[in-house]
Amino acid sequence: MEYKISNRLRMGAIIMMVLGLIGVGYGFIDSHGYTEENITERLAEEHHGHGDTHATDAHGETHGESEHNEVAAHGEDHHGEEAHGGLTHHEEHALHQIHNRPYAALYVGAFFFFMIALGVLAFYAIQYAAQAGWSPVLFRVMEGITSYVLPGGLIVLAIAFVADSHLFVWLKDGVTEVGHENYDKLVAGKSGWLNKTGFFIRGLIFLGGWSLYRYFSRKFSIAQDNANDNKNFKKNFRISAAFLVFYIYTESMMSWDWIMSVDPHWFSTLFGWYVFASMFVSGITVIAMISIYLKSKGLLEFVNDSHIHDLAKFMFGISIFWTYLWFSQFMLIWYSNIPEEVTYFVTRIEHYKLPFFGMLAMNFIFPLLLLMNSDYKRINWFVVMAGIVILCGHYLDVFNWIMPATVVDRWFIGMPEIGAILLFGGLFLFIVFTALGKAPLLAKQNPFTEESKHFHY
Amino acid sequence: MEASKVIHAIYTDDDVLMSAVKAVKAKKHHIEEIYTPFPVHGLDKAMGLAPTRLAITAFLYGCVGLTVAITMMNFIMIEDWPQDIGGKPSFSYLQNMPAFVPIMFELTVFFAAHLMVITFYLRSRMWPFKKAENPDPRTTDDHFLMEIAIHNNESELTSLLQETGAVEINIVDKDEDAH
Repeated sequence: MEYKISNRLRMGAIIMMVLGLIGVGYGFIDSHGYTEENITERLAEEHHGHGDTHATDAHGETHGESEHNEVAAHGEDHHGEEAHGGLTHHEEHALHQIHNRPYAALYVGAFFFFMIALGVLAFYAIQYAAQAGWSPVLFRVMEGITSYVLPGGLIVLAIAFVADSHLFVWLKDGVTEVGHENYDKLVAGKSGWLNKTGFFIRGLIFLGGWSLYRYFSRKFSIAQDNANDNKNFKKNFRISAAFLVFYIYTESMMSWDWIMSVDPHWFSTLFGWYVFASMFVSGITVIAMISIYLKSKGLLEFVNDSHIHDLAKFMFGISIFWTYLWFSQFMLIWYSNIPEEVTYFVTRIEHYKLPFFGMLAMNFIFPLLLLMNSDYKRINWFVVMAGIVILCGHYLDVFNWIMPATVVDRWFIGMPEIGAILLFGGLFLFIVFTALGKAPLLAKQNPFTEESKHFHY
Repeated sequence: MEASKVIHAIYTDDDVLMSAVKAVKAKKHHIEEIYTPFPVHGLDKAMGLAPTRLAITAFLYGCVGLTVAITMMNFIMIEDWPQDIGGKPSFSYLQNMPAFVPIMFELTVFFAAHLMVITFYLRSRMWPFKKAENPDPRTTDDHFLMEIAIHNNESELTSLLQETGAVEINIVDKDEDAH
């Protein structure tokens, strides 16, 4: 079964990327419109805007009194005494947050699509290491998706490199220098791990290891197609087992580096697992969606309802697993109520109520209720609908990892965020579907392919 | 009381049994019962049995368990003897809800699992000291037995079952009281 990316799909992906670039570009230009010179006025304008919409409810007296007064007072003071340069703390923070937003939005989008590919790579390795009999008919779909691991990972690293202290406050000048105004004792204590050189060396090692596995497993998988023994399959089995060991360590470290370090004071020991659950369920969802898409084109006639059923069971099960980890992390921190730890959730519940609890509904309650019934897991459009909810939910999950630390309460899902989704979504589709067209869609000489074709629940 | 005659066809392989069931159903005969040493996937569908409603009962039992957990913890920890949970003496169920989630989860699972098993046993008419219904003890080891009622078509059924690969065919008088 050969597949070639259709012109419509290619054009669609390119249009998505162009629109995405416009959105991302707009985000950067817009944020640069806020400078030290005009931030005071623009913030005042913003408050005015707010005031007008809530004009009736006696604003300024009841809600946010202290904040408003502070801003108003500062505004007056500053116009008088320091005409040039001197900003209040509030204005300085707001300016930083406004400037951080396009970087953070770009990073969230890039990481979300990268994480899908990496989750699929882990799933694929598990199928080989477990010598699963049901899944070999899906191997080529998985290999197509994992082609995004290397480009996606490089993009994430590149954004991290360019964004620098816009994303990672521990990269600010003087953070480790005693006496400097940015000095931070806690970060200084962690600088043995959290430093720019280390971050990128580790990043390249992680990415190098994952890409090497992806390169060789794909190579052996293709070579197996024309072989008359199982030598390539056995090699794949061995490297998959080795990869999984490497992966579970490096994935954890990657989650500390790339995500947890945006809040460098805060840490959670099960964060790596939690991120893993998120990427795993998103990856499996995308395998199901792309399989259903290709099936609808009549290209995967060897994939039957039982395969879709199994993928949907994984979507259901890993969603519950994700919730379990999310709650394990949340409950212990909430219960113990230690100031250093609990600020993480205080920020999120104060400023991110909708995305924070919304993601819980989308990642837990929706899959739980939609995919509980056995028959629904075999209805393709139902799986796709549930999959869309799960993917949106896990985008919000990434959003909740990065945004609170970088833009605090100045979040919105607007042009920069949607632009980043379109840009990397388009790139993801383009790379994945091009890779899908490079090999036959059935790994025909895999020793388990016959069993997989007859897989029946 | 009239004793009805039934035919017992014995198989030694689940795949052979499955194709036999399909052949018998294709000839529009009614299969009374099949005794197997282990669950055979797809047998219920091949026999044309109505889908089980056990899953629905499990869902309802789970809802009962969740309700029991919520009311129980509300009574114990909030109403009867209000407790300061995690340094947050709010005495409100909603605000302390995260602390009760493990209990809510466990009782949901507990009720769903136990009541579903009990329902399954009752629905299958199995209870302690009940005399076994299965007609041939070999069906608890490695044989499969298909039971078909005879309505003046003994020879036709026998030859049909022989073709499907039955290793043994017995005609027995079935005493309805045995149930």
